[in-house]
Amino acid sequence: MGRLTRILAAMAIVVLGVTACGTSNTAGGKIGGTVHILGTWTGAEKDSFDAVMKPFTDQTGVKISFEATRDLDAILQTKIAAGNPPDVTAAPGIGTLIKLARAGKVVPLDDKLDTTELNANYGADWINLGKIDGKLITLYAWAALKGLVWYDPKAFSAKGYQVPKTWTELMSLQSKIVSDGGKPWCVALESQAASGWPGSDWVKEIVLSQSGPTVYDNWWQGKQKWTSTEIKQAWTTWGQILGSNGANVYGGKQYMVSTTFGDGGQGLFSSPAKCYMFNQGSFITSFFDGYTPKPTAGTDYAVFPLPDVNTANTGAHVVAGDAFLMTKDTPQGRALLKYLATADAQDIWVKRGGGKIAINKKVSLSDYPDAISKSLAQVVGDTKIARYDAGDLMPSDMQKAYWGAVLKFVQNQSQLDAILADLDKTQVTAYASP
Amino acid sequence: MSVAVTTPVPTPTTSAPARRPKLRRQRLSARVSSAGLNVAVVALTLAWIVPTLGLLINSFRAGGAFNTSGWWTALAPPFNFTLDSYRAVLGASDLAPSFFNSFMITIPATLIPTAIAAFAAYAFAWMKFWGRNWIFLALVGLLAVPLQLTFIPLLTLAVKLGLNSGNTLPGGLNAGFLAVWIAHTGYGLPFAIYLLANFFRVLPTDLFESAEIDGAGPVTVFFRLVLPLSVPALASLVIFQFLWVWNDLLVALIYVGGTPEVAPLTVTLTNLVGSLGQHREYLTAAAFVSMAVPLIVFFTLQRYFVRGILAGSVKG
Amino acid sequence: MPVLQVDWETLVSVNLPTLLLVIVAVPLALVGYIVGADVLVRRLPKRSQASVRPWVWVGPAILFVGVILVYPMVGTIVRSFFDRHGSTFVGLGNFTRLLTDGGILIVLRNNLLWLLLYPGLVLIFGLLLAVLADRVRYEKSVKTLIFMPMAISFVAMAIIWQFVYYYKDPSEPQTGTLNAILVNVFHGQPITWIQDPRFNNFALILIGVWGGTGFAMVILSAALKGIPGELLEAARVDGANELTVFRRIILPLMMPTIVVVGTTMVIFALKAFDVVYVMTAGNYNTDILARRMYSELYSAGNNANASALAVILLLAVVPVLIFNLRQFRAVESRR
Repeated sequence: MGRLTRILAAMAIVVLGVTACGTSNTAGGKIGGTVHILGTWTGAEKDSFDAVMKPFTDQTGVKISFEATRDLDAILQTKIAAGNPPDVTAAPGIGTLIKLARAGKVVPLDDKLDTTELNANYGADWINLGKIDGKLITLYAWAALKGLVWYDPKAFSAKGYQVPKTWTELMSLQSKIVSDGGKPWCVALESQAASGWPGSDWVKEIVLSQSGPTVYDNWWQGKQKWTSTEIKQAWTTWGQILGSNGANVYGGKQYMVSTTFGDGGQGLFSSPAKCYMFNQGSFITSFFDGYTPKPTAGTDYAVFPLPDVNTANTGAHVVAGDAFLMTKDTPQGRALLKYLATADAQDIWVKRGGGKIAINKKVSLSDYPDAISKSLAQVVGDTKIARYDAGDLMPSDMQKAYWGAVLKFVQNQSQLDAILADLDKTQVTAYASP
Repeated sequence: MSVAVTTPVPTPTTSAPARRPKLRRQRLSARVSSAGLNVAVVALTLAWIVPTLGLLINSFRAGGAFNTSGWWTALAPPFNFTLDSYRAVLGASDLAPSFFNSFMITIPATLIPTAIAAFAAYAFAWMKFWGRNWIFLALVGLLAVPLQLTFIPLLTLAVKLGLNSGNTLPGGLNAGFLAVWIAHTGYGLPFAIYLLANFFRVLPTDLFESAEIDGAGPVTVFFRLVLPLSVPALASLVIFQFLWVWNDLLVALIYVGGTPEVAPLTVTLTNLVGSLGQHREYLTAAAFVSMAVPLIVFFTLQRYFVRGILAGSVKG
Repeated sequence: MPVLQVDWETLVSVNLPTLLLVIVAVPLALVGYIVGADVLVRRLPKRSQASVRPWVWVGPAILFVGVILVYPMVGTIVRSFFDRHGSTFVGLGNFTRLLTDGGILIVLRNNLLWLLLYPGLVLIFGLLLAVLADRVRYEKSVKTLIFMPMAISFVAMAIIWQFVYYYKDPSEPQTGTLNAILVNVFHGQPITWIQDPRFNNFALILIGVWGGTGFAMVILSAALKGIPGELLEAARVDGANELTVFRRIILPLMMPTIVVVGTTMVIFALKAFDVVYVMTAGNYNTDILARRMYSELYSAGNNANASALAVILLLAVVPVLIFNLRQFRAVESRR
């Protein structure tokens, strides 16, 4: 019933002309109906989303019908191909979305959102990120920061270690820990069907800060070969972090591939520390909360951004975040996207923690729930070069091959050339138009 | 299930199995070293339940605990057991409706293919018609069809017919349910027909001959002889079809979707865990909550696995 | 707090009555169909009755299978001969490209490994358990425990087997059952069961066997119960020992069912997907055809390659079908 009325409503709007939708959807107007959203959030993330949606439903009367799946690629492509798409999709990666957008299966947002307001509230990077072939396709409502090094300040001060500010300092800290008989790094790559992605984060962070945004953009767009000097250099730089045969990592290569990434931080908190630094995105604190005993933010763990490999790219950071897009044009969907871009909506998200950082510049720093998230928001605010997670931008099969390559690389670094050559082969087919 | 109970099972068969195994067993123990037998059975069973036992014990431990120590360590003091995982699963807001939705999907998706398969299997086993063996072989071959490849064409068809989730059928039923019943029927039929035809085919020929002499038509033979004599096969088919549909996640997501008003239990339980795997420990308790219903079905239908249904129908 | 509360009123006032109606009406409709159709068939001239009647019985099944499985498969077979856009006919191009790709060798090797080990082990354990459990008083409990793995949905599979296969650094206590035994009982080094290419395929197949044995056991047990007790007793009275009874009476009588279970298991081995998808996603040299097909379909969006892989799967089943044809011709000739 809901769907039928919605379709009728959408048709009515079309018939009545554009004038109606330009004004009536702003806050205050009761639209009613339902908006069907397909996404990946489950557990606590879903609870946060519900909290964000509550004022929207109260204001507009639009009910939220949310469907979560971990197999978003499969479900979304099937539903779109069958002519039964959700109204709005929230996707953690946009590789598949780029293909769908080029096939004309996605509704461009340029005339659906208030672009003046968006330009005022969003940094240009975040708007450009949503553009595919010049058309605004996706909208971001929050960001998560990658390339964060988590450490235990007590363990650092006990050994007299200083937080490194530069790559050189990081390298000398690494050697110091090794010479003290410790293991500098915790690395854990197991993540079931997505195993390897934490390592892919390392590589993309190094590519961005070592070779800069142009190389980075060409790379995820498939215009930069994996075997090129820059990309290969990033892998070898990561190899220096890992040490030969993973010697700089607690447990070595066997531990890396078999340990679930969420458990990777356990080593920081054992005493004596099994490893001293753990590179993960801002969401990792939700896993720390599950450790026994539960570590406390600030006293048991703190964070510093991975130093710039090349000072020419100071202030470059890899970020991630779910992309929202309209897979069907409905007034409810438009209203939802408009709402998600507001400071009000993002404020709720930010306050609930989980490492989410607002994109709307009107969200105040004082709204972040703790010191760590506040400092991360500060980093995002100071970011000069923000780039979205390259893996999430690549076509899905390229991304999966990238993850698989990470697993091969950590097991045998000397195979790098063959691994990169294989990735080049995938690159040729993955970027071919659908 | 219902197919089996619509016809009364002939009385002698229900009383016979109760006595017969006992007699046989006494003699058997005299023949086989029963100690050896028991050791073998118990050893195999123990080996089989170790993974499940680990899951059971860990379902009563905190997530952080089982990441740092093996499940067997919980069996020694201090007994740090917790109901946290069960509390999270049983407290899930959509648990009750999704239990209901699972029944809503599973019961018809078990009944329909079982009945249709029984009809077809009877014809394949006991009727002669053009192309019988080839059609049957083709059916068995269709077992190999990867279901993922049917999703797009079938969902397209369903949408064209108005059977997409969210549409309402006369009477108020969400059309997605009808779509998922039909899909599961099609997916389940090849195996169901294959299994039943095999069991029907080996029924003694003289049964059919004497029935024919008595003037019984195929419908009578089917309901009065074939079904009652194949109760163990029907029971196992019902168990499997029920189980497959109950445990299915992907087919349900495609045809009915994952919104709370239609989502089955598998969707709700999977969604307890964060999208990156936060609180994975909830899956331990979820596995047992979800397992309860199929196990009850299995236990209930076990009583149809009795020897002697064919007793007296064959001359030694 | 969920924004959209589940509408219990709809559930109870619409869905529950529908469910009850379906439970009653569907069997009634199906029985009514058969009885009614038979009445109609009886009105036909005697000669055509025998040729029409079978189609009444197989008709519904053929209709469902035709729409749900055959119709999509025809499309798949057609697409396997076209390029990924579905516009240009490429003949066997997709097949030659797939089969000459270096990575496919590992995939085929793994499928062969599954094919060699999975059906055989499932049959052996299933038969052993069905036959042995038949002779103990606690048969129902044994069967329920063996069956239990089947009832565990594949969502929980990863976590169950993590408790068995998990690897911890040798400096820490092992939390995986297998490594704990290896380290504490045999004083060995822990092994990364799922990642080490020397062991992982076997470790994955073991998961499949663990889950599939309950399936084989239940069907084989149903067949075993169908063997008339008099036959067995007569043989025993004649002085045959249990092994002879098993080999000479039980095994031949169960053979058709063993073929059914074996065939099903061979096909399941060919299209094995869940275990590998969940545990390794095809990494560490564990990839198999069905998972490869899935990633061609959804990650690469290459319908042509996915279709060609499905056709390869279907062709691989043909020898098994021929074996079945012989088998049921043999059963019929014995009638």
